[in-house]
Amino acid sequence: MTERVSDRLRIREGKLLIRTGKVDIGQRISTALAIIAHEELTLPFDRIEVLPVTTADSPDEGVTSGSNSIEQSGGALRAAAATLRGHVLSEAAARYGGTPGDWSLAEGMLIGPGANRPVPVLDLAGTGLELTVTDDAPTRYRRDTDVVPMLGIAQMVTGEHRFVHDYEVPDMLHARIIRPPHAHARLRGIDISTSEKIEDEGLFIHRDGSFLAVAGPAEWPVVRAAQRLANACDWDPGEGLPEDDIFERLTPDRAIRLAVKNGIPDKDIAIPPPLESPDFAARYERPFTMHGALAPSAALASWDGRRLEIVTHSQGIHVLRDAVAESLGLDSRNVVLTHAPGSGCYGHNGADDAAFEAALIAISIPCTPVLLKWSREDEHAWEPYGTAGAVELAARVDQDGRLASFSAEAIGGTFRGRPRAGKDRTGARKLIANQFRKKPEGPAPAVPNMNPQGGLQRNLDPVYDIPETRYVKNLVPDLPLRTSALRCLGAALNVFAIEGFIDEIAHARGSEPLRFRKAHLGDPRALAVLDRLEELLGDRPASGGRGIAYGQYKNSMTRVAIAVDLDLDETARIRLRNATIVADAGRIIDRDGLTAQLQGGFLQAASWALHEAVTWDRDGVASRDWDSYPVLRFEDVPDIDVSLIDRPDDPSAGAGEAAPGPTLAAIGNAVFDACGLRMRRLPFRPDDLRAAALAQ
Amino acid sequence: MTLTLKINGEQREVTSDPETPLVYVLRDELKLKGTRLGCGLEQCGTCAVLVDGEPTLSCVSPVASFEGKEITTIEGLAATEVGARVQAAFVEATAAQCGYCTSGLVVAVTGLLARNPDPDRETAKRELTPHLCRCGSHPRVLRAVEIASRRA
Repeated sequence: MTERVSDRLRIREGKLLIRTGKVDIGQRISTALAIIAHEELTLPFDRIEVLPVTTADSPDEGVTSGSNSIEQSGGALRAAAATLRGHVLSEAAARYGGTPGDWSLAEGMLIGPGANRPVPVLDLAGTGLELTVTDDAPTRYRRDTDVVPMLGIAQMVTGEHRFVHDYEVPDMLHARIIRPPHAHARLRGIDISTSEKIEDEGLFIHRDGSFLAVAGPAEWPVVRAAQRLANACDWDPGEGLPEDDIFERLTPDRAIRLAVKNGIPDKDIAIPPPLESPDFAARYERPFTMHGALAPSAALASWDGRRLEIVTHSQGIHVLRDAVAESLGLDSRNVVLTHAPGSGCYGHNGADDAAFEAALIAISIPCTPVLLKWSREDEHAWEPYGTAGAVELAARVDQDGRLASFSAEAIGGTFRGRPRAGKDRTGARKLIANQFRKKPEGPAPAVPNMNPQGGLQRNLDPVYDIPETRYVKNLVPDLPLRTSALRCLGAALNVFAIEGFIDEIAHARGSEPLRFRKAHLGDPRALAVLDRLEELLGDRPASGGRGIAYGQYKNSMTRVAIAVDLDLDETARIRLRNATIVADAGRIIDRDGLTAQLQGGFLQAASWALHEAVTWDRDGVASRDWDSYPVLRFEDVPDIDVSLIDRPDDPSAGAGEAAPGPTLAAIGNAVFDACGLRMRRLPFRPDDLRAAALAQ
Repeated sequence: MTLTLKINGEQREVTSDPETPLVYVLRDELKLKGTRLGCGLEQCGTCAVLVDGEPTLSCVSPVASFEGKEITTIEGLAATEVGARVQAAFVEATAAQCGYCTSGLVVAVTGLLARNPDPDRETAKRELTPHLCRCGSHPRVLRAVEIASRRA
């Protein structure tokens, strides 16, 4: 695709403005983009700004997901900035003399022959903004400082940072939704005395089939009215939610099956026969897991009778715009979505649904902006979860103890819950509110993700050298709970399973687990990561159980090796002591941001490993708050040592999803080392460990 | 009916229903939006404010119960020596990712250091356990506690 410099960069009032379609969700992409612009054009950071992301103006870069932002938006920005740098150097030479090579940049100024004073870079940008971006413009790749503060941190510590939840515009109403007990329930009726009383108090009730909301000028009365209305609703529960054991549903015979070759599912390849008489076989499992955003989802919508405007923390505003337009029969040019910060989301949480629901309410009250906030219970019970899954593994080893044959089958629900418009109104059917409106539509049937390293097949094929391999994807289409993209997609469970299984084989063969891995790796960068880990661990004798694991996200991005030291206390509770993370993410752009992503990935996965499992029964989801769905807290946090290997000559790779898979496995392997229990199903709560001990 | 609250050193009259939880009064009536609402159940710590110097969750207790007490919100912390020191330490340690937990944590650390100027790591973890962070900024928050206490 041809781009102009102005697709990525603008200049206003002496500042360089960066245009991006990727949104900052706490992963510091804004800071990284500012660093890239600085590296190429040397402007001080107070003269670089990242523009808000909006469908009205920003480039459409799809969804902010898959750890792709630094490669995609970062790469495009670098090429544009390098093109602009080439232009200003030529321009300086043409105006003042010398050749472009005689000129240099520093602090946003050009210095060279013929000019009495340094010339501001932006003064010479002019027509350079209209140039076509060339991918081969020489890049500078250099910065004058190593420490770049995260954009926005100063406002976060004073409370001035604004989330969409904090927006306030004239005549705005606050809104809350009154939810059914579960996805199959329908609203039979509402006690009219309650609803009339609420309306008499000046509040506004919106009902569209079983979609029910209340709005009013002050927030707390709206919260109270929503509670009163909830008590006044009569729901038809239908058949309720299926209560059978989810892990019994996760079997190949209930699945759409696809052979996977080189990370790509191929329906033209027959499913290869299972490994005959394997030396090792195991099944690893994971329950439904929530994103569990700290802030319940929110959105601000307004409708003037023709144009719909939504402020949202969605990760994919262009995708969502089209689904909202499709749902409402609007021309997508009359639907404008602008991103504003929400809390960290870690994938597709309630953000998109909340944006559409705010729009539904706003359309029923024209010319009145509506700020909808989900409750904590809404977010816990109604966000689309990360799917429950299983991985079935088998292996044969040769006489020398090396892996000879390896089979992995991933089994699970879909990660594709994002409301991406497609045939049969797929976008509309994936917005949860549409399932409850007077003319219900949805859910959309699960369709296998056929992309390389997509969905369930992500990291299903380990990077180890194994002569004979067999990979199968099993998409189970009819799970009891709605699912969508959660950090890492299939890579979290797949790496947990494979690295646990490798550990099992190494132990059974009497091999040291780290050396066993190295013996199956030819990639020098992988070996360098494991060598560094070995070196660091050599200085730190294990206290309690120690486990290690290795993974390379999507087999092509950041390489990560992790070691975990832990103890089990007398109540079978896991106490994480130390974690050592070694990573190679190619050329490092933002050292501190990269470290934060690795630490954050480790701690989210530690939370999955120690605590997280969505529970439900016939009457609905039972995980409705932080007591019924516990997560990691400060007391669980170990000392974490992050060691980065910089590769200045290699491309930068995203790292937000690189650590969780290896973290899960390292914790599982450390539990085995500590007490001899091989935990193959997440999470590892005291009750799970006691049950495993009894079963042994 | 009005209530008088002392917030960030100022007397403020509020007209919200006395049963309204404090966080809604702060955010909605007084427009002090730095205090975040995360659960409304006293489970996540995002809504912490200082009440007579003690970190206190503001999402359940009715505003009437805060009459006669000294409330300090995230917006008022910079005016205190400890609060400013803690804010600077959070910036230095980059102790945030998305920032939603940050207000509550800055308040909690300020309250902790005012009471215990040099907490060890285990004490800091225990004191901060009412506060969730889903991005995994915990190691940086603990580092910010160390930086802030060293600068006392």
